[in-house]
Parts: sequence; C-alpha cells; structure tokens
Amino acid sequence: MKKALLALAVTSVLAACSSTPTEETSAPVAQKTAAPAAVAPAQPMVKEPVTVSLYPAKGVGGALGQRTIHYAFDKYTVTDEYMPVVDAHGDFLLSHGAAKVTLQGNCDERGSREYNLGLGQRRADSVRKILIAKGVKDSQIETVSFGKEKPVNPGHNAAAWAENRRTDIVYQGE
Amino acid sequence: MKNNLLIFIAFLLALIQVPVHADMTLEIVTQGAQLTPIAILPFAGDGTGPHQLSAVIAADLKRSGLFDPLNTQGVSPAPADVEGVNWDAWQAQHANFVVVGNVQEEPATHHVKLNFRLVELPNRMAHLSLSFDGPADQYRMVAHHAADAILENITGYKGMFSSRIAYITQHGSAHSLKVADSDGFNEQSMLHTNEPILSPKWSPDGQRMAYVTFELGRPMVVVQTLASGVRHVVARYKGSNSAPAWTPDGRHLAVVLTKDGHSQIYLVSLNGSEAPERLISSGGIDTEPYFSPDGQTLYFTSDRDGGPQIYRIALSDLRGSPERLTYGSSYAVSPRLSPDGKQLAYIQRDGGAFHVMLMDLATKQTQPMTDSSLDESPTFAPNGKYLLYSTQDGGRGVLAIVSTDGRVRQKLSTQTGDVYEPVWGPLQ
Repeated sequence: MKKALLALAVTSVLAACSSTPTEETSAPVAQKTAAPAAVAPAQPMVKEPVTVSLYPAKGVGGALGQRTIHYAFDKYTVTDEYMPVVDAHGDFLLSHGAAKVTLQGNCDERGSREYNLGLGQRRADSVRKILIAKGVKDSQIETVSFGKEKPVNPGHNAAAWAENRRTDIVYQGE
Repeated sequence: MKNNLLIFIAFLLALIQVPVHADMTLEIVTQGAQLTPIAILPFAGDGTGPHQLSAVIAADLKRSGLFDPLNTQGVSPAPADVEGVNWDAWQAQHANFVVVGNVQEEPATHHVKLNFRLVELPNRMAHLSLSFDGPADQYRMVAHHAADAILENITGYKGMFSSRIAYITQHGSAHSLKVADSDGFNEQSMLHTNEPILSPKWSPDGQRMAYVTFELGRPMVVVQTLASGVRHVVARYKGSNSAPAWTPDGRHLAVVLTKDGHSQIYLVSLNGSEAPERLISSGGIDTEPYFSPDGQTLYFTSDRDGGPQIYRIALSDLRGSPERLTYGSSYAVSPRLSPDGKQLAYIQRDGGAFHVMLMDLATKQTQPMTDSSLDESPTFAPNGKYLLYSTQDGGRGVLAIVSTDGRVRQKLSTQTGDVYEPVWGPLQ
C-alpha cells in the first residue's frame, strides 16, 4: 500500500514536470470534444493519463530500490539473495499496469561472445519467468541480452567479473 | 612442471620482430623448428618500400615461422634471371633456396606481372618457374600468390598468404568491422558504429560478410557485400538474432534466434524470403552453429547437459540425438572445423583460464594449443596449418596465431584499443 501511494506521488510529480508535452497532446482532443458538445472543461480529464511513465521513485529504499540481480559464473538462476528484489519489482508491476520494464542480461568477459549472448538472454528470461509467475502481464516485460558486450566495470579481475554478471531491471521511460 | 616448460621454451625460441603496419606490430616466436634459409633476391624492375614485391614475399615466408629469409638488400643490380645470380655467395651463406625474377608493369591494362624462379642449392635445381599477374592496385596480392607457390613447393603446405582476415576493433564505445590482407596490410573498415559488432563470417566465396550488429538496440544478423558495401538484414526477429554460419554452398545461413524463447538454431535464406526453419531443439542454449566443409554435419555449442559443450549432428538425421564431442572440462565453446574437416578447434576452460584446443576428430584426442588465459574465437588458415585467435595481453584484446603443430606463435597487436573476433577468409 505504501508503495502504491509512493507511486501515485511520482505520477503527479511527473505530470507536473511534463507540462509541455501534456498540453501539446491535449490541445487537439479538447478542440474536437468542445465543438459538438461544449459542455465541461475537458482539460483536466485528458491531462492526467497522458505521457506518464511509471517507475519506482528515485532513492526508494529496500528491495524495490535495487535494480540488479547478480549471478555466479555460467549460472542464470536467481538465487534466494535476489528473490526479494524480483518480488518487489513484481509487486510494483502488478499494481502499476502501465509500467513496463526491460530486463537486460549481461555476462562477464570470459568465454565466447555468442555463448554469453545466449547466457545473458537466459539471465533476463529467468527474471521474466518469476515475474510472469507472479501474474505480471507479458506486455509489461521485454528482455534483451547484451552478452559480454556492455560491461559496467571494464576491469579484468574477479571483482569486475562479479559486477558484470547481472540482469538490470530498467523501467521504460525512466 | 609449468615452470620447467617455460624455461625450456625460453631456451629454444627465436624471437623476431617485424613491422607489419604503421599501427601494428608482429612478433613471431618459433620453437624447436629448423628454419629454411632462403634468399629472395630483389626483382629487376621491382618497386620500393611497401611496393617491393621481393620484400613482401620474404615477410610472408618469415611469418610462416618455417623460413629464415636472408638479407638481400645489398644485391645490385637486381638480376632479372638465373644468369645474373652469384650462386657461390648464397651458398656461402647456407641458402637452401634462391628466388630470382623480374617485375613488369603493363600500363595498358594497369597490371603488374611477376616472373620468378625458385632454385634449390647447392645443386641449382629449378623447382618453380612461374608468372603471376594482377591489377596494379593489388600488387601486394601478386607477391602473396608467389609466396603461396613457394610455400607449397618447399613445405607441401597449401597456400594461405593470398587471403584476407576480418576482425572487430574497439576504442571505447567505437566499434569497427575491419578487413585486411593476411599480413595486416590494406586494412579497410566495413562498418563503424557505437554499438557492439560480433561474429563476422566470410561467405564461402569471400565476397560477402555476415555479422551481428546491435545498431538497432538488440542483435540482428546482416550480410554485407564487400565490393559495394551494400548490406541487407537477414534476421531481425523478436528477441536476439546472432551467430551466423554459412552453409558451404553460400545459399543459407544458420543463425541463433530467441523468437520462440531461448537461443536455438535455425536456417534462414539469404533474402529472408522463407520462414526460419528450426534445425534442432533443446531446453537450453544452442548456439555457435558451424557446418562441416562437406555440408553434411552441424557442429554447435549447447548447455543441454549443464555447462556448455560441443556437439555435432548429421543434417540428414536432425531428429536424432546429437553426439557430444567435448569432455574433461565444464566449459567448451566455439567449434570451428579445419578446411579438410578432420580437426576441430574450440575454446576450453581449464581452471580459471580459457585455452584454444585442437581435437583430432578421428581419434578424439585433444591438445591445448595455448597457455594464455582468455582466448576466444579460433579460426583456421585456409590451409588448416595455422589458427588465428584473439586473446588478452596487458588487459587489451590482441590477435595471435599458433601453428597446428604448436611450434610457431605470432602475436599481432595494435597500439591502442582492443581487437577481437578474428576470422580467416578463403584464398583470393
């Protein structure tokens, strides 16, 4: 419940911030509806749902504040340690039907580029499966693998490799 | 044991540095092999600097790790044929062979013609008397053909110098797909992009390149014609599209698609007119398809038994059970067949290191070819006698070559950035 409230707060902040595109999109709609009926001011009705992307607030704490799931070498299963993170994002997506995520699977630099492309896909898919099992809509989730091509840490050591074996949960429009 | 081996190698090896290109350095290490001394005399009518065909031939033979080309720069005037050769002088320098000849420019056709003889010492027996002709703007390729003929005559190895290689270079986020002659000269860029490029694969005729590009955000498979630069998309289905492999007839590509879930191998036509045909099925990752040279067998990487291993299956029996080829490591990837189909090169994880391995397919005996730690993408020379691969040196991606008998090693490095995904093209 707390999360939902927080999200609503984000929504209104967004709506306020994005006043320019909102006006542009709402203008022709207002004209159309105004001509035949000329009843109530259509402006506020149109304003709210337009151009709003949903994602957890910046700086939110707890599992929802985490966006990354890490893995052991050549593994793609989400370990118990990261289940709360996937769960929290699953809850968020369930309660915000307009929110969409891209799950980006990544690998460390060792081994073949093509096998790592497949492995990154499995990592993203493993997160997707958990979200789907929770009831999140298929249309809310996209997956992509970057294999070993987009490391966040360019180092060539165990610490860098651990950091680069990841699935990033990226909210669209964020 | 490992230390002893290293000391042993240090005593045996001859280290040679050859400047290959303004930006590239080639380091050749030959271990325990007898080098054949050969005098490539300056050709009458030859060019100078990088245009000197005799120097191109000498550099090729030196790179093979089998020859010791003698210094012939002081020979003046350059003899046009055997009559002008100071045989006693070359015999005194223990030359086993002498190459002598002349270069003619044919302005009318813009061609260059090289006529040469290969003569064995001390009996002064002529082994070869050949002419090679080519467009003047590809004069170095004329010399590469001559070097191939000399290599084959003396060693029995088929040619490899008159071929090209392709590879990816990366500086920060700037990626390029490049093509160069097998000696690193005439480097040309086929594609520049700020997104990753993977898995370049020459068409069997060497005219086109299939590769994977992330230019549109997620991987798709593209085929580009080298001469025109024209390219078209071969696979851009939902999800990921990657790992192209040409059928030997050049008409189809095996690719890896995730459109139906996880990474699986499909066959697609070059113009994308037919729906992709799923070749094999598994519950895991199937990737890195590679056709045997006779087109009868599909080799691939799969994690169907847990970690990635290499399998093969007859194309006539795709519903059958694939044969697993690799054991003894939890991680074996990147199968590549030798041109005669008898050897399999691949990458295996040993402890924390990833090595190039070679398997004799008749006996299934395997042998590690490298002792570096992060090797990738082995690719056979057209004659099957050398393997080009990428590895890391000082934290940077570099290219390296090892002969399949393990005795000759080369390292080809650029001064900045990374080089990876090398692939050796067919003979020109």
